Amino acid sequence: MNKPVQNQALLKQLKIDAYKWGFETDIEMDILPKGLNEDIIRSISARKSEPNWMLEWRLKSYRLWLTMEPPQWGKVAHPEIDYQDLHYYAAPKKIKGPKSLDEVDPELLKTYAKLGISLREQEILAGVEKTENKDVVPVAIDAVFDSVSIATTFKVTLAKAGVVFCSISEAIQNYPEMIQKYLGSVVPQGDNYYAALNSAVFTDGSFVYIPKGVKCPMELSTYFRINAKNTGQFERTLIIADDRATVSYLEGCTAPQRDENQLHAAVVELVAMEDTFIKYSTVQNWYPGDKDGNGGIYNFVTKRGACRGARSRISWTQVETGSAITWKYPSCILQGESSIGEFYSVAVTNGHQQADTGTKMIHIGANTRSTILAKTISAGNSDSTYRGLVRMLPNARNSRNFTECDSLLIGNHCGAHTVPYIESKNSTAKIEHEATTSKISEEQLFYCQQRGLTKEAAIGLIVNGFCKDVLKELPMEFAVEAQQLLQISLEGSVG
Amino acid sequence: MNMILEIKELHASVIDDTLKNGLKPILKGVNLSIPVGETHVIMGPNGSGKSSLSYVLSGHPSYKVTSGSVTFKNQNLLKMSPDERAAAGLFLAFQSPVELPGVNNANFLRTAVNSVRKARGESELDAVSFLKLARQLAKNLSFPADMLKRNVNVGFSGGEKKRNEVLQMSLLQPSFAILDETDSGLDIDALRIVAEGVNSLQSPSFSSLIITHHQRLLDYIKPDYIHILAKGRIIFIGGPELSLQLEKEGYARFLGEVNE
Ligand SMILES: Nc1ncnc2c1ncn2[C@@H]1O[C@H](COP(=O)(O)OP(=O)(O)O)[C@@H](O)[C@H]1O
Ligand SMILES: [Mg+2]
Repeated sequence: MNKPVQNQALLKQLKIDAYKWGFETDIEMDILPKGLNEDIIRSISARKSEPNWMLEWRLKSYRLWLTMEPPQWGKVAHPEIDYQDLHYYAAPKKIKGPKSLDEVDPELLKTYAKLGISLREQEILAGVEKTENKDVVPVAIDAVFDSVSIATTFKVTLAKAGVVFCSISEAIQNYPEMIQKYLGSVVPQGDNYYAALNSAVFTDGSFVYIPKGVKCPMELSTYFRINAKNTGQFERTLIIADDRATVSYLEGCTAPQRDENQLHAAVVELVAMEDTFIKYSTVQNWYPGDKDGNGGIYNFVTKRGACRGARSRISWTQVETGSAITWKYPSCILQGESSIGEFYSVAVTNGHQQADTGTKMIHIGANTRSTILAKTISAGNSDSTYRGLVRMLPNARNSRNFTECDSLLIGNHCGAHTVPYIESKNSTAKIEHEATTSKISEEQLFYCQQRGLTKEAAIGLIVNGFCKDVLKELPMEFAVEAQQLLQISLEGSVG
Repeated sequence: MNMILEIKELHASVIDDTLKNGLKPILKGVNLSIPVGETHVIMGPNGSGKSSLSYVLSGHPSYKVTSGSVTFKNQNLLKMSPDERAAAGLFLAFQSPVELPGVNNANFLRTAVNSVRKARGESELDAVSFLKLARQLAKNLSFPADMLKRNVNVGFSGGEKKRNEVLQMSLLQPSFAILDETDSGLDIDALRIVAEGVNSLQSPSFSSLIITHHQRLLDYIKPDYIHILAKGRIIFIGGPELSLQLEKEGYARFLGEVNE
């Protein structure tokens, strides 16, 4: 079973205030002192033996960041973050960059096994399972533990296909031309406050290059884990699909349970050339904080895809159930003629969670298409906002957008808001927007219970029904996990 | 005699926030006992509390039992959650079944069947054997197979919703079924089919409580007793012939005898 989160029996037992992934791994760490300044950035860069251009790039980002203000317009409220009170580099001591699995600290492998991703199994089962079960698609995993990429599985198979899948640190060493050409080309260093911060201090992440005409032979996956205390996690992902290439990439995340808030500020850049398809799926399950709203991850993420080539297609699918605060807008820049951008999202908030998510579809080229399907589920005392921008630029002749935002409320103390921004500078472009709000009624729950379902199962069934058009966009194995996760995150949501 | 259900002096109110104390009394001392294997019918004027009784028995959260007791298979029914009652074998065919948008009917039915089977310590049905069973039962009810693919009750006609209730009942194999006006709004063919669905469950261990306004249903389902419920109380118990009398004379004669 090649699933990023696979222990379903355990998953089922989870309750919101008993976050299963909340354990800590006791391992010797190399941690830089708290605080952010040019010296810290130099140390990060030195620890990674980076070339000078990389250090300069980081310093430039840092100087930009100093001039910027955190965004105020998101409908989320949180105490001000003290950026001097965080560690910006924490790495397991025995690891110096990615290695073969044999050299990875067994404690770390155990941690990932607990999380349900056995890196070793991934490799071993690949050969065996393919013959036993033809449906199982192997998943190559890059696991990021705090700041450092631990192991990238399936390297050999991928190399045969010409696919590059490695940590971004490795890519900086081995593919400097590509990094220099593409890093920051979709999300510029000064794009926003968190992107600037990430550009200055990012510690690791994944790099993918699919060469011309190659259909990536397996799902690629990164698993993020924040472990060290008071550590910000700033990963950086860069995926490039060359002409006629196809790739499906999955991202999953967890973190230990802590009273204080942890910061996660990632940047993901996708570059799609002519006739390509990049599918990027996220199942985000960061620790959401306890029942009273203490602790949890602050998730401030910039994800953007550039459809540079004609007929390129980028599809974002996300299931967001975790984090205390989520601030995230995966976007598509539709530059290539007839390129396609898609955004399928399920965002669940419960307890005291706050989410402000959505997407931006920027139509630059002619005949470009975008589809937005955003499903928001709010329960408990949570608050969720969908914020979407659709922009048609003057050359976006005959371009189209279709947006559907549906909100489902569970209980009487939660909120859901839809904030669409629409700008059109081309009269032949068409933009359609539909929105609905519904509530799970007592009668519906009672009906299900009368048929033998528990209240939790009933909510799960109705919620999965509500989300199924999004869930079906996920790779099969992930969809099952996502369904379970939805049910778990909503446990205890109705009295 | 071995009773499946014993209701004693049951008083229950519907929770109504528009009222001062928040409670509107509906059931005002219901007594009703059903021996194992028997079919009992409840008739009564509109608004007399028939649906309320079925909700209270199945544990609807809008109702509060203020006094009295209900014993089901020698257990205190009122202490059980709605899903526990279902697992214990109690089934309610709703007078107005709700719609579940987005929830596939076959998936819903299978989840329900397996929840109940699991609670009863039986093995769960896999998708293939479940579908085979569901299709067969649907066919018996002249229920078009595509209804299994649609969302639960969404866009179903009144008659289709009623048939879906009977289909669920056939799948869940309850030991005690309450049918709340399942025959209302059915044409004569549908009525016969639904009645056959109920009759196919008949066995010495199956008991039922059938709420109806129509004598014609009783041409197909033979009751052991008929109860008249009025103003929140059982005011009369008679044999199967009572329905014919009610059809002719109405409730007036019986109501005259009831004190508020
Ligand atoms: N949710 C409710 N709020 C207030 N009154 C209700 C509610 N539900 C039912 N009632 C009242 O309870 C009484 C009994 O209703 P019901 O049990 O549906 O009767 P029947 O099924 O016999 O026609 C009626 O007067 C009805 O108006
Ligand atoms: Mg009624």
